[in-house]
Amino acid sequence: MISMAVPITVVLNGLMTGAVYALVALGLTLIYGVLHIINFAHGALLTAAMFAAFFAHELLGLDPYIAAIFLAPLFFVAGYGLQRLIIGPAAHGEDRNVLLVTLGLAVVIENALLYVFRADTRTITLSYAFDVVEVGPAFIPVPRVVAFGVVFAVAASLWLMMRWTDTGKAIRAVAKEKLGAELSGIDVAHIYAVTFGFGTACVAIAACLLIPGYYVNPHAGNAFVLIAFTVVVLGGMGSVAGALVGGLFVGVVESLSGYYLGESLGQIGIFAMFILVLLFRPKGVFGAPA
Amino acid sequence: MKGLVPIVAAMALLGAVPVATSSNVVLNFLVVALLIALVGQGWNLLGGYGGQYSFGHAAFFGTGAYVTAILQVRYGVNAWLGFAAGIAAGALVGAVIGALSFRSGLKGSYFALVTLAFAEVLRIVASVAPITGAGVGTLVKLDLRSEAFQFQSRAPYYWIALCLVGVSLMLVRAIEGSRFGAYLVAVRENEDAAQALGVNTTLVKLVAMTISAAIAATGGCFYVQYFLFVDAGIAYGPWISIEALLVPIVGGVGMVFGPLLGALVVKTLGELAKLVTGDAPGLDLVIYGCVLIAVVSVAPRGVAGVVLVLHRRIQALRIAPPPASERRDG
Repeated sequence: MISMAVPITVVLNGLMTGAVYALVALGLTLIYGVLHIINFAHGALLTAAMFAAFFAHELLGLDPYIAAIFLAPLFFVAGYGLQRLIIGPAAHGEDRNVLLVTLGLAVVIENALLYVFRADTRTITLSYAFDVVEVGPAFIPVPRVVAFGVVFAVAASLWLMMRWTDTGKAIRAVAKEKLGAELSGIDVAHIYAVTFGFGTACVAIAACLLIPGYYVNPHAGNAFVLIAFTVVVLGGMGSVAGALVGGLFVGVVESLSGYYLGESLGQIGIFAMFILVLLFRPKGVFGAPA
Repeated sequence: MKGLVPIVAAMALLGAVPVATSSNVVLNFLVVALLIALVGQGWNLLGGYGGQYSFGHAAFFGTGAYVTAILQVRYGVNAWLGFAAGIAAGALVGAVIGALSFRSGLKGSYFALVTLAFAEVLRIVASVAPITGAGVGTLVKLDLRSEAFQFQSRAPYYWIALCLVGVSLMLVRAIEGSRFGAYLVAVRENEDAAQALGVNTTLVKLVAMTISAAIAATGGCFYVQYFLFVDAGIAYGPWISIEALLVPIVGGVGMVFGPLLGALVVKTLGELAKLVTGDAPGLDLVIYGCVLIAVVSVAPRGVAGVVLVLHRRIQALRIAPPPASERRDG
């Protein structure tokens, strides 16, 4: 059964990577589900969070997993502010405007990072980055196992929050019926901003999970966000469970196609899947239609 | 033809620039601005009039550029023929992407996403395929003869770019006044209602996208003849997709002169940024992004919209003196 060891490792690695994709996609799908907009600034925000995690480690000596505890609230506030002060007022009730504003934000954030930090690629060194855990016949790097666990913890707490808290109920109400929610006294602008904040906080946590095993440069987030778009479309826009399943699925597909076809073709595989799904199943393959 | 007078006047005015100055800096600046105005006019037809916001006009620009370059370099085709073939190829790519997306009913965010994805796929393919020169890019041989679409001085390039922009202005003006143009605007304002009234919305969008792609591809073809070089990042990179939508939105979305106005404003800002900070990468794009957000937030009809509003106010002032309460700030 030695021949099975390699595919199992590849699949497990794919699952672990896919978990992070799922978290990035979770933020995207949450925002889409409530605001009905695609946040084109998602990738740039991820890059910004990766830089934040990087400098938290380099300047303050904070472990990325500790930094996540501070960065998640910080990015929540940033996301809240972006929606409340920039995106919301610019919309004028037109979805087309929101598309343009989030694209503009992406351009600003990405190029401000490029201007300040240049195109250099940075990595951090952690004592445990190359430790491995034995899972059956496979050896999986510790950071990936941690990432996998954290993603499910975040998804579970998000689900609980949406299910049981007043804020969660308000978010679901706005997602379902905006006018009705407004009439029952829910501050829709506030809920929009809170949702955007949660989406951005997801990205901050994802950045902290990525940074131990990945690099950061001003374009680092783009690769993930295109994958996240794929995941969200696969899982059905606005579906949380769909984002999780879709993320894991895409992770495995990428891992397998990367192993059997090589890196750059693996990348095309993702795009091809993305376009095919958009063209033929724009309501998603897994989850219920948004 | 009342609509043609401003176009002819603008062309005549801009056409006189090389007579007034032979400064290569000025002409180079204007050629690039005209090039972006052309690509922006392509976007404007589909996005401004048709309401279909593409985030991937690089797909057409890049196809035009590559086809023009590859036909000349690898197959020895005449540059002018290559130019025409490039435009046709861009239109074809537009028709294919449009047919796939519109038949699947993609609109709004989904349409933006799928166009972005197509441009990215083409970029990745172009960066590995041998025929495009892969990572090295394709260099067009220097051959300064007008038969080869290459010129000693900048002025001929400038006049050609100006003619292309002039043609695109007249084309969009003609579409604006046509039945097809009315259908297109109807699709933008309310697609379901347009369909209910018997407009074949899919076909209208498809035709608009094909023409739009042809115009954007013309920009790509011209780019190659002017800079004599193209690689995957230039051809299919996000920069051109962003500038294509930036200039009509800044200038005045869904207006004939929007892209030209926007290109002049945006490129001037870009040059000013370079003056202030030197050639540091990124800052001009930061400014473009801020301009985009600011225009969408406070001036949804762009510079042209602001000019129109001012023009009306001034006319109103001429007709009747303003009431006392408003006279203070005037």
